[in-house]
Formats: sequence, structure tokens, C-alpha cells
Amino acid sequence: MKPAAFDYQRIASADEACAVLAQMGEDARILAGGQSLMAVLNMRLAQPQRLLDISRCAPLQQLRADQGALQVGAAVTQATLEWRPTLAQELPLLQRALPHISHFQVRNRGTVAGSIAHADPSAELPLCLLALRGEVLLKSARASRRVRAEDFFTGMLQTARRADELVEAVRFPLARPGQGFGFEEFSVRHGDFAVCDVAAVADGERLRIAVGGVADRPVARDFPLLQGDALADALNDFAWQLQARDEPQASAALRRQLVRQLGRRAVEQALADRSGRLHPASISAGLPA
Amino acid sequence: MNVLTRDRAHTLQLRLNGQPRRATTEPRQLLSDFLRHELGQTGTHVGCEHGVCGACTVRVDGVAQRSCLMLALQVDGCAVQTIEGLAAETGGSNDSDTLGDLQAAFKRHHALQCGFCSAGILMSADDWLQRVPQPSEAQVREMLSGHLCRCTGYTPIVAAILDVARARAAAQAAKAEHV
Repeated sequence: MKPAAFDYQRIASADEACAVLAQMGEDARILAGGQSLMAVLNMRLAQPQRLLDISRCAPLQQLRADQGALQVGAAVTQATLEWRPTLAQELPLLQRALPHISHFQVRNRGTVAGSIAHADPSAELPLCLLALRGEVLLKSARASRRVRAEDFFTGMLQTARRADELVEAVRFPLARPGQGFGFEEFSVRHGDFAVCDVAAVADGERLRIAVGGVADRPVARDFPLLQGDALADALNDFAWQLQARDEPQASAALRRQLVRQLGRRAVEQALADRSGRLHPASISAGLPA
Repeated sequence: MNVLTRDRAHTLQLRLNGQPRRATTEPRQLLSDFLRHELGQTGTHVGCEHGVCGACTVRVDGVAQRSCLMLALQVDGCAVQTIEGLAAETGGSNDSDTLGDLQAAFKRHHALQCGFCSAGILMSADDWLQRVPQPSEAQVREMLSGHLCRCTGYTPIVAAILDVARARAAAQAAKAEHV
């Protein structure tokens, strides 16, 4: 399996990438970590005319916490985030989700924004961005705009990004005091694509549950704080609303059951995590496992 | 940067296992093929060519990654380390001749049979043990999940990596006592 021929351009700035995208549109593809795109090229499922390699573009490698969010530039790898010493305090949900993303060797090169731009319905990072009400920063030669995660994912591998736009960065809102987070995933083997993954965010009043791997995109719902039978009923309704399909890997019934089970566990985790997080002294520092 | 056009040979420079190298490549050539065909480094094996099996894992600027999911052009100006460089880096001083400590442990523990997956696993472990010097067995297995081995059942591979981690920690402690 070898890619079809293409022209290659190493990109030095977001503006440079946008200028080419304005001219070439979908004939040009952004190459960030390439952990999805290169496989797609090797299998010749895509044959772009030109690759725009942003992996060494310094302005897009920025990672900074500002205005209540962690802004992750388009060329920041998943490993950079995973090994960030302050991640456990800033984004506990990502700390739990990142080890589920493929494997160490792939996270070393795969990018955070690239996974979100790719929009695989079972992928962990789109799910977390949605659960946390994050945003995607899009830039074109014409203008820049911010799109809420809720509006960004529009279908299977489909997003609101226009053909002349670059995903410049993504923004994950930082954890606030009193919030708790849960993440659960089922896959056939560790590191495989999730059959179903669930993220839960709880605070003193509300509960937000996001489910990946079942519908054609990650889907989030907001609830009042629920426990016991009320939670089970809500998760059951949610599971049916996602309109799971029968596929060789997993039946619709299995996926609904996973939403119910993983959902309950993720919510319990989030509620427990919330009480732990009310006492800042009990938050353990250090690197993710 | 100029556009590097298809079907043309473009020159790139890199440090391969410490040695400066210069070669040409078309844009579409994968790093895995470049290492084997242009630079003659056939120790890097090519398995699935879509990032699943891990056989082609090499270190680029120290970081373990899939060479089948990278273009040769992407290592222009980088330091690339392949299995051929592992012995020179860590070994030479012990009874296993020129094998590095990881390689020697794999031999000792029978951590390979056909050996097809070994080069990739060794390059991963080489990077990973520097970041996680005293891993648990579960952590080693998590790291190893990025590699497929169809012969060994992984148990001796896990044992070999844990053995190296312990030996390195002991050597480190002994060195600290002497200082």
C-alpha cells in the first residue's frame, strides 16, 4: 500500500496554509500528525493533489491556558497534552480519556486538533470537546471564526469546516471548582476504536453526558443531577434516541446496553470526582498513568 | 517553503543513528520505504502499512513513532534512530558482545521467535523506558499494546523489558552511592 503521487509543501504559518486552501480547496489536504490521513493515503481512500504539512509549523505548536480554556494549536500532539504536568488539574476529563486513544506510539505523533478535524464518531477527543462545551477555531484567508463543538460535528467524518478553512486550534474549557468528570470506554482490544465511549461532567446542579461510537457523531445531553432509577431511565431513553445500527462489530442492542452501563459508571465517577475536587488538597498531582 | 513536486527526486539530509546522511526521495515515499530502499536500513520491518502492527516503529528526534505513517521528506533535518543504532547506543560493554541491554534481555528471555516485530518493539521500549524508568507490568503491557507479535504471547517480552528497567535502576543506584 503506497500513496498516490502528490505535491508536498511544508507550511511555516497559518496564513500560508490558508492562502493555499483558498486557491486549491479540497484538492489540498492538511497533514498534521498523519495518524489517520497517512493510513487513508496508503489505502488510496483519498488522493489529494497537494499535502500541506503543518507538523513543524511553530506558530501552530502553541499550547496555552487563557481565559478559562486550554487552547491547543493544530500541530500539538496528543502525547504533549498527555505528559503535560498540569493536565490533571486543568482537564481531568482529558487525563482520563487520553490513554484510551490508540497507543503510545501513535499518540506521540497524532495531534489533538487533527483528531477533532477528522471527526471519527467514536474518537475520544471530539467526545471530550463536546462534553466540555469546547470550541474549534477556524481560519481562512477571508476571516477567522469560532464554532462550538455542538455545531462543529455534522456527521460521520463530517464537520462544519469549509474547504478553504484551517482548524487553527481547539479550546477545552478548564475544570472549575466543584466540577467532576468521568470517562468510560469499551473497545474490543485496548487501543482499538471505541465501540462506545461515554464522558460525564457533573457540578452542583447539572449533569452532562456525551456518548461516542453509537450515532454518526458524538452526542451530548444535559440533565439535572440524577441517581439510581432516574439515572437508569434517562440513560435508557438516551440510548434509544441515538438510533444505533446493527454492524458486524457490534449489534444495536449491544451499543444501547453499553450506553446504559458505561453511562452509569461514567456518571458515578463524575459524582465521586466532584466531591473529591471540592477539597483541592486531595487532588493528586503528577503524570498520567 | 517551495512546493516539492511529485515524481521528482528531492534531496534531504538527516542524522541516521548518529551519522549524517543525504539522499533523495519523491514526496510520496514513506519513511519506512526510504529507510529500507534508499538508506539500506533493512532492520526496520514493514508490516501492515497503516499504523496498526508497530513493526516499523523508529525514533525520530528521540520519539518512537510509526515510519509507515510518515513521509521521508518529514525527517529532513531530523535525527532518526533505527534498530541498527541500538547496539551502538547502549551496549558494547557487557558479555553479550555488541547487543544493547534491551537486545540482550530479549535474547536472554527468549522474547522473540521469528523476530519480525522485535525491531519496532525495541525502538518503542527504548524511548518509553527513558520516560517511565521504573514501570509496572501493567504499564509495560499498555505500551506493548501498540505492537503485534504473533509468536511469543508477549510474556517473555514483558519480562525482558521489566528486567532492563530493574537493571538500569540498580546501576543508577550503584552509581549514586559511589558519587
